[in-house]
Amino acid sequence: MRVALFATCLVDTVAPQVARATAVLLARLGHEVVVPPGQACCGQMHVNTGYRREAVPIVANHVRAFAGAMSSGVEAIVAPSGSCVASIHHQQADVLRRAGQTALADDAAALAERTYELSQFLVDVLGVTDVGAYYPHRVTYHPTCHSLRMLHVGDRPLRLLRAVRGLDLVELPGAEQCCGFGGTFAVKNADTSTAMLTDKMASILGTHAEVCTAGDASCLMHIGGGLSRLRSGTRTVHLAEILASTEEAVSPHQSTRPAVNA
Amino acid sequence: MSHTFLGLPTAPRGVGNLRGDQPFPDAARTALRDGQLRANLGHATSTIRAKRAAVVGEVPDWAQLRTAGAALKRATMARLDEHLVALEEQVTARGGTVHWARDANEANEIVTRLVRATGTDEVVKVKSMATQEIGLNEALEAAGITAHETDLAELIVQLGHDKPSHILVPAIHKNRAEIREIFLREMPAVDPALTDEPRQLAMAARAHLRERFLRARVAISGANFAVAETGTLAVVESEGNGRMCLTLPQTLITVMGIEKLVPTWRDLEVFLQLLPRSSTGERMNPYTSLWAGVTPGDGPQEFHLVLLDNGRTATLADEIGREALHCIRCSACLNVCPVYERTGGHAYGSVYPGPIGAVLSPQLTGVEDNASLPFASSLCGACYEVCPVAIDIPSILVHLRGEHVEAQERTTVEGLGFRWLARAMSNPRLWHAAQKAAGLGRLLARGKPTMPAALPPPAWTWTRSRDLPTPPAKTFVQQWTEEHGG
Repeated sequence: MRVALFATCLVDTVAPQVARATAVLLARLGHEVVVPPGQACCGQMHVNTGYRREAVPIVANHVRAFAGAMSSGVEAIVAPSGSCVASIHHQQADVLRRAGQTALADDAAALAERTYELSQFLVDVLGVTDVGAYYPHRVTYHPTCHSLRMLHVGDRPLRLLRAVRGLDLVELPGAEQCCGFGGTFAVKNADTSTAMLTDKMASILGTHAEVCTAGDASCLMHIGGGLSRLRSGTRTVHLAEILASTEEAVSPHQSTRPAVNA
Repeated sequence: MSHTFLGLPTAPRGVGNLRGDQPFPDAARTALRDGQLRANLGHATSTIRAKRAAVVGEVPDWAQLRTAGAALKRATMARLDEHLVALEEQVTARGGTVHWARDANEANEIVTRLVRATGTDEVVKVKSMATQEIGLNEALEAAGITAHETDLAELIVQLGHDKPSHILVPAIHKNRAEIREIFLREMPAVDPALTDEPRQLAMAARAHLRERFLRARVAISGANFAVAETGTLAVVESEGNGRMCLTLPQTLITVMGIEKLVPTWRDLEVFLQLLPRSSTGERMNPYTSLWAGVTPGDGPQEFHLVLLDNGRTATLADEIGREALHCIRCSACLNVCPVYERTGGHAYGSVYPGPIGAVLSPQLTGVEDNASLPFASSLCGACYEVCPVAIDIPSILVHLRGEHVEAQERTTVEGLGFRWLARAMSNPRLWHAAQKAAGLGRLLARGKPTMPAALPPPAWTWTRSRDLPTPPAKTFVQQWTEEHGG
């Protein structure tokens, strides 16, 4: 299948290894990956901070970038982010309609129908749970709010993780509690956000996991930033990076750093 | 002659309890430092969350009930004007008197006048959000009338010279030891050997209240529901204090928000199932009191219903925000909210705290008077999931954020930043240049995997408690395009 990768603005700019891992994984599963060069952002940060008018050209750019790919035989758009995919599904068309851009809104809705969060794409569209990954570490999984409550990914990420060879999956207590990221909430309400993060980190560290994983690089940047500040040793690794790791790629000095680098 | 439409009137300033003294982030900062508060709230909310989940889980058709609740509310709001007139007719036909209060000031004046007319200088009160909202106790006090709260938690708050911090459990921020201390300090004739055992505390409150129930000639209540077709008012409660107030005094005054009515008696079927399971985590609340007008020789012989607007019509005019009026005040959203659980209710500055408060208070007062509240959420969506009438709180929060941003007449630094970023994010060439500029930030990291903690604002608000990863030399799209061609 020809698959377009939407890296998302955050991953592209500060965590390119997550997009790389997604591309490597999809290629390994036998799919052709294309990366539309005109892509930037889904518009979620603007919408969720109140800048819905300003989000209109951002969403328009997204639709332009991916509509072009669809016309060249792409069957699905995949993003390594529950939050951005949820915004594409639940916000983009509304933002355009509110601005009176009904034709573009219809295009956005059509693209949204073909846009998948990574774990949903793997399990529902491709029908795989064992992607042939190897990751010999103790890992706990944090279900991010938007993948949990807006996309309803359910146990798909857990099924994928359980099939990873060498991976010791430990349950995260209070897993469904928000980590406190919330986009600009993390800076507008930094104290409350940090209080939520502290409790999330306590739960993670209580599992004695080496790695906390999730389907959203943004939440992981928040959790990982806190764990790093504490010098806890536990780090965050995106689900895509774990699934992209294979035995062949393991170096003699394998650490929890994912085997696939950007 | 041309008119400029200035919008529908909102809840007036200077009266009632819908506005805080501080923006939410500042109030929260203070609350977050209070370890006892964090412990009390963590314990109370996790207990009630578990209870709710258990009793909701045992109802096989909960999802359908929830859909029915939402549909009933939507249909009611669409013809609220007609239902309100029908309610007035029915209440009047059954011997009650209906008063229309445009706002908190009018409602307070009406109630004060009615109490004065009875010649008494004290009233007993059933727990009521509407009267808290309008600051009725303060208004009565100014008129020389003492209001005795009779709900146990409201009593604790009143005796402690405190403010409620939760819709259902106003003293949720207090633990047993703190309640004992308040009783010992403030309750006349309390047994000095009082312990913090719940039964002992309840018995002390009972003895204190019983005297007031038997003495009072006027009671003031709110209402959970009003049935338009029969003129019936409904109060659901756990302690029986409400039943005492609704039946013993000679005069009963009920203050009710106009959004509380249901068209038909049958509609109660849905809400009386949804409410107790969502609020106290009980299959059924212990007391459900229903009354219509007056009944000669039985109960209050004088009944007044004060219908309160106070910004509700303005809220109803907002196509997205109006859903907040569907709230049945169960407080399930407070109990699951990770922000509420950590900051407590006082940080919201309004009698309506938590997620529902963050969408209701700014609409009742006008968004600019509570501009920080729509932002007091990580948009995690837990509130929407538990709401028994499926109010999409996260979407309303996002909508109100938009209303706030669009209400700014002057350019803000944040607005400039977002406008600039929007321009970059809608033009690939500009976007790549912006990413390249952001990538230069790695020079500050001097080869380390994370950026220095001391960064200029706004990055500092992040790096104060969280490391920021060092940006890479090349973005993914750039690298990929170089490898595969554009």
